[in-house]
Amino acid sequence: MLEIRWHGRGGQGAVTSVELLALSAIEEGKYAQGFPSFGPERRGAPVTAFNRVDDRQIKIRSGIYHPDVVVVLDESLVALVNVTEGLKPTGILLVNTTKTLAELKKNIRFEGRIATCDATGIAREELGVPITNTTMLGALVKLTGAVKIESLDAPIKERFGRIAPKNQAAAKRAYKEVRIISKGSK
Amino acid sequence: MGKRVGMEVAIASAEAAALCKFDVAAVYPITPQSHVAEHLSDIVNDGRVDASFITVESEHSALSAAMGASATGARVVTATSSQGLLYMHEVLPITSAMRLPIVMLIANRAISGPINIWNDHSDIMPQRDTGWISFFADNGQEVVDMTIQAFKVAEHREVMLPVNVNMDGFQLTHMVEPIIMPDQGEVDRFLPEYVPYATLHPDRPVSMGTLAMPEIYAEAQKAKNVAIVNSKKIILEVWKEWEKLFGRRYEPIQAYRTKDADVALVTMGSMGETAEIAVEELRKQGVKAGLLKIKLWRPFPFAELRKAVQGIRVLAVTDRACSFGGPGGPVFSEIRSALYEEPVRPAIVNYIIGLGGRDVQVEDFMEMVRQAARGKLSEPYVFYGVRG
Repeated sequence: MLEIRWHGRGGQGAVTSVELLALSAIEEGKYAQGFPSFGPERRGAPVTAFNRVDDRQIKIRSGIYHPDVVVVLDESLVALVNVTEGLKPTGILLVNTTKTLAELKKNIRFEGRIATCDATGIAREELGVPITNTTMLGALVKLTGAVKIESLDAPIKERFGRIAPKNQAAAKRAYKEVRIISKGSK
Repeated sequence: MGKRVGMEVAIASAEAAALCKFDVAAVYPITPQSHVAEHLSDIVNDGRVDASFITVESEHSALSAAMGASATGARVVTATSSQGLLYMHEVLPITSAMRLPIVMLIANRAISGPINIWNDHSDIMPQRDTGWISFFADNGQEVVDMTIQAFKVAEHREVMLPVNVNMDGFQLTHMVEPIIMPDQGEVDRFLPEYVPYATLHPDRPVSMGTLAMPEIYAEAQKAKNVAIVNSKKIILEVWKEWEKLFGRRYEPIQAYRTKDADVALVTMGSMGETAEIAVEELRKQGVKAGLLKIKLWRPFPFAELRKAVQGIRVLAVTDRACSFGGPGGPVFSEIRSALYEEPVRPAIVNYIIGLGGRDVQVEDFMEMVRQAARGKLSEPYVFYGVRG
C-alpha cells in the first residue's frame, strides 16, 4: 500500500489533488482513499491532505503517520512545517521548487530520495496561474507509478471542464520534467 | 449491475437518496454533514429528482418541515450532525410517534462543550430512546446501501417508523473511496413507491399528532415500542432481499473471525475496519482475537448478540460516547444488560475511545485486546489512552 501526504496552503488545491489521484486509481480498478486533514481550513494557512492507494481493499481508517511519499506544493512551507515528519527513510520527498539540493537541505533533514519539479513555472506557462496541484500530480505519478499518467485525464476533465486540457498538459509536462536530485543514502 | 465509482461518501449518501427519488429534502447544513446538504440541494436544483428542497432556519425546523411533508405522503430525507441533531431532539420522538417514515443521514460528530467538530457518537446516543431505527455504517458502500434500505424499512406497512443512517463524520463523510452505486433500475425494483397509511389532505381532514390523556398516552408509548421491536423482522427480510439482489450481506451483528475467538472486540461504525486489521495482526501472533460489529443499534439485536458471543471468553466493548456518572459507555451497558441472564456469558470490559476525533490506530486495538485478555481492567470502564 502506498501512503502519501500532501502539504499545501489553503486554496492551493491539495484536497483536489488527493481526490483526483484517488479517482484515477479507482478508475483503474484499484483501491484508494483521498481525504483532507479533518477540520477547518483557512485560505493561505498550511494544510495537509492524504492518499492511500493499493491493489487490495483498504480497510484502515486511522490517520497516516508514516507516509511513503510527501508532496510539497509550496516551497515556503519547508521552512515552516516539518514536512518530512514520519516520512519513511525509504520514501520520497517531492517538492515544487527550483532550489538546489544544498539549498533545500538548509531546512530539510531527510536522507532518503528527494525529487523536485518547477511546478510553479510549468503552471504559469500552461495554466497562466501559479496553482500547482494538477502539475504536481503528474510529477508524483512519474515517481511512484501510483496510476498511469493517462488515468489522470478523465478525473481532471470531469473536475475542470473547459480548462481541463491545460491542466492535463501541465500534469504531463511535470511527468517529463520532474527530477530526482538526491538518490538518498538508504 | 451498478457502477464502481470513486466518490466522497457524503456525496454518495445524497446520491443514494436521489436513487430513492425522494420528494422532499428539508436540511440545514452543519459540519461535517454540509456536503450532504449541498449535494441534496444540487440534485433538486438540477432537476435530477422531481422534488422540493425546503431551506430552513434551523435543524428544529428541518425535521419539523420534514414531518409536515411526510404527513402529506411525501418521501422525505433530512440530514444533520452534532448540535444540529441535539437541536432536533425535541422533534425526534414526535416523528416516530406519528409513524412518519423519514430517513435521516447523520454525520456523527462530538457535541459541545468543549466545542469540537470531529467524529464520535455522542450526538446519536441521546437519540437512542426516541423510537427511531438506527443503522451504523462501516464504510461508504454501507452508507449507500443502508440509505436505500432505510427507505424500504421505514415505509414498510408493518414498520412505519423513521430511520437514521449513521456515518462517522470526516472519517467517512470526507473520504473519497470506491463505491458500487446501484443502477436506477435496480433501486426501482427494490424500493416500491411509498404508499402512505394516512395523509394530511384538505379534502379529507384527519388529525395527526394529537394530545393523549393519561388514559391513552401509555398505550401509545407501548404501541410505539411494539412497532420498533417488531421492525427487526422486516429489517432482516429487507437485508436478505438486498443480499439476493445486490450480493452484499447485512446482519445486525457482523462477526469477524469469532468462531474460535478467545477475546472479541465490539465496535460500531467506521473503526470496525481498522479493528479488523488489528484482529488479523493478533492472529498472526497466535492471539485468538475476533470482532463483532454492530450494524443495528435500534431495535437492539438481543438474540443475535447472545448467539454471536457463544464461546467467547472476553468481550472488549468499545464506546465512542460517554454516559457521565453511568455504568460505562452506552454500547457496553446495553451489551452487559443483554447478557445478564445468560447462564454462560463472557467477561465484558469497556473502553471509551475515539472521542472528539481522537485517532485510534491498529496498535491501539491490539493493546486493548491484550489488556482485555485478563478478563478485567483496572477500572469498570477505561478511557483508553486518555491523560489525567
